[in-house]
Amino acid sequence: MKKLQFSKICKNFGSVVANDNISLSLGEGEILSVLGENGAGKTTLMNILFGHYISDKGFIEVEGQRLTPGSTRASLDAGIGMVHQHFTLADNLTVLENIILGTEPLIRLWSQKKQAYKKLKTLSKRFGLLINPDAKVADLTVGEKQRVEIIKALYRDASILILDEPTAVLTPQETKQLFKVLKEMVNAGLSIMFISHKLHEILEISDRIVVLRDGKLVGEVATENASKESLAEMMVGRKVTRPSYEKLKIGKAVLELNNVCLNASERSTALSDINLKIHEKEIVGLAGVAGNGQAGLASILQGLASPSSGEFKLFGKNLVKYDPCYLTESGVARIPEDRTNEGIIGEMELWENFLGEELRSKAKSGFIIDKKQAVSNAEKLIQEYDIRCEGPFASTRLLSGGNIQKLILARSLSNNPRFIIANKPARGLDEGAISFVQQQIIDAKTQGAGVLLISEDLDEIFELSDRIAVIFEGKLQGPFDSNTVNINQVGLMMSGEVKAESLHEA
Amino acid sequence: MRLKTRRDAPVWLIALLPILSIGVAFIIGAFFIIWAGESPITAYIALIKGSLGSTFAITESLARATPLIFTGLAAAVAFRAKFWNIGAEGQLYCGAMAATLVGTGVIDLPAPIMIPMLFIAGALGGCLILLVPVVLKTHMKVDEVVTTLLLNFVILLFVNMLLEGPWKDPMAMGWPQAARIIDNGVLPTIVAKSRLHFGIIIALVMSVVMWAILRFTVWGYEIRAVGYNQQASTFFGISINKSVLMVALFSGGLAGMAGVSEVAGLKGYLTLTLSPGFGYTGIAVAMLAQLHPIGVIVSAIFLASIYVGADAMSRTVNIPNYIADILVAISLLSVLVGAMLTRFRIVWGK
Repeated sequence: MKKLQFSKICKNFGSVVANDNISLSLGEGEILSVLGENGAGKTTLMNILFGHYISDKGFIEVEGQRLTPGSTRASLDAGIGMVHQHFTLADNLTVLENIILGTEPLIRLWSQKKQAYKKLKTLSKRFGLLINPDAKVADLTVGEKQRVEIIKALYRDASILILDEPTAVLTPQETKQLFKVLKEMVNAGLSIMFISHKLHEILEISDRIVVLRDGKLVGEVATENASKESLAEMMVGRKVTRPSYEKLKIGKAVLELNNVCLNASERSTALSDINLKIHEKEIVGLAGVAGNGQAGLASILQGLASPSSGEFKLFGKNLVKYDPCYLTESGVARIPEDRTNEGIIGEMELWENFLGEELRSKAKSGFIIDKKQAVSNAEKLIQEYDIRCEGPFASTRLLSGGNIQKLILARSLSNNPRFIIANKPARGLDEGAISFVQQQIIDAKTQGAGVLLISEDLDEIFELSDRIAVIFEGKLQGPFDSNTVNINQVGLMMSGEVKAESLHEA
Repeated sequence: MRLKTRRDAPVWLIALLPILSIGVAFIIGAFFIIWAGESPITAYIALIKGSLGSTFAITESLARATPLIFTGLAAAVAFRAKFWNIGAEGQLYCGAMAATLVGTGVIDLPAPIMIPMLFIAGALGGCLILLVPVVLKTHMKVDEVVTTLLLNFVILLFVNMLLEGPWKDPMAMGWPQAARIIDNGVLPTIVAKSRLHFGIIIALVMSVVMWAILRFTVWGYEIRAVGYNQQASTFFGISINKSVLMVALFSGGLAGMAGVSEVAGLKGYLTLTLSPGFGYTGIAVAMLAQLHPIGVIVSAIFLASIYVGADAMSRTVNIPNYIADILVAISLLSVLVGAMLTRFRIVWGK
């Protein structure tokens, strides 16, 4: 019997079709991967399953029983557990307290911690989910927090587990461990839906794969019959060619950091003794789990913070002014981490956002905005970078993520920069936009720019970088020539292991 | 019931919004008039006659609008940058004090020099006092709503002290008022035998100047950028603190000019009744104008007409002039609700 069955689910948001007649099923003891780009309808489908939305048409059955639409409680009671991409844990409570939160009746004099403790211990032993029930959630690593989320679902006797992009925050080693746990759970009879867009992981973990595109179910294959290429093609709807990198003869150093330190702040962990040299015509990839000092390093390189000590040389000269406008004028292109909140001002019009850091330098006598020139420049760049919009006067918040990123690229790369600091430039974009962004960066390198590419996606780093550096707790390892390290070694360094000296580059 | 974000609101809706709000205010206001025992139609006719029905009424309305244009601009420019200056009332008095300090005989120059000097002094007075909340905000993150608002009372008490003490005019038969502005400093009237004075010309010019600054200059871009999104502004290399300081100087200066205009144009001397809350009404003016400097002119004249008309109405029909406050308050609430509706759409059900 099918454990979970979606039948002809339809959901529209205004004129947007989010789910179009989707039927799919999940068997007992099966791992089903749901693959699709952003906006393909994965999240909507899960929200319907979880009672956050009500489908316009169609229904869901759990073990043959119709699920009450629009009720989260009904979904929980039916044994559906969800592990969200963004954790829903209370930092100031212990693991145990987080797990029993919401499972206890409202009115009771004392909570049943003892029984809960026992149940937790059995669960964690049974599936190899090792965790200390008395630890404070705030003190846990990301991987451990995820374990708590999984146990939380199991504690509520979930027999169907939905995992939404569970590996996005994990190192390759943590991912391996997670997969081991998932296999154990399936062996014990649980059913798992695994939502992701990382193809190699999906191929590794699942029994069966369904692909969503534009709200429709476009494919269903058994994993043994699938390949990376065929899945990518199904997901995007056409053949995908990711840009490939080519090693070039490097030129002069464009950026040199010597013993750069930064004190810890709200924004970033402290940086200690960062040494980094980037040359013309090379891309240096910076790998690391989020929150290990990337934000701090990026803010220094983008002129938003000045180091507490150390030397910052740009194009061979000591940097005198930590100022975004000054850096841009000197030939630095800045691609921010948070494109919608940091890279643009949504309420302003497109042409105004094209001014960005060059507001003052492009103004007449530094004061009157040259609107005519700005608008024609915007029109030119909209054409050149194929930004889908209603023209230079459209309000910028209406653009899609990919088009916002194109705007930012157009703004920063059209000045022929000599150094590019790109902070997670492809994160959250769909395949088409990703290859566009990556191609732009590669083209800039070919034209002579040096690039620092910060990314959490190791595939991306290996696909694009000439050299790879790893950041962990504010300390840098490398950069190493990308031919001398493999994904596993980088993964180990991301979790703090020090790489052998022998491979260290001078 | 839920709210959904709209795509761009149509222009006609944004333009229609203040007018609709005013309509709503008059309809709801009608119930209060009926409650007070009068026919709303007679009352509203009296109100319109009293504010627009004669040359005298029109000049009165415009004279009342003059300080509101200044304080409305002060609020509009500050709110554009999300700097919540609630202290225009105090800044107005500071401007008036500065004008009194300079304009009551210490210096006597020909009018074309004297008058600009008074306005500059008043603007400086408004700016200087606002520096206190600004520095507290930029250096110690103290909320400016609290500091600017409370400073109003400090300033009023200070003015009170001056008028009862060192600045008290011995020729004023015991009234707590300062000496008169000298003749060269007095703003000429523009319509004979009315109270409408040259201040309104300056107010109109300032509206156009502020509009041009916001629209065409780097400063305007920075003010709007900081108001919309501080994170992106910082990324663009705009200093938030500098922008806040700049906005505060504009805002305080404009509020100070309102004080000068009242002292040198309408009253002739500083008293504690110089402003019946022009600083606070300026906030309503700015909101009704949706923070647009040219819109401020229209909304200031409109609100002034309601106040002047309501005074006249209370004399002819037996209704207290507090009805004006009700009308202004309701139209402001309607604009706020309406502004929300241009950004969101209400969806009933789940």
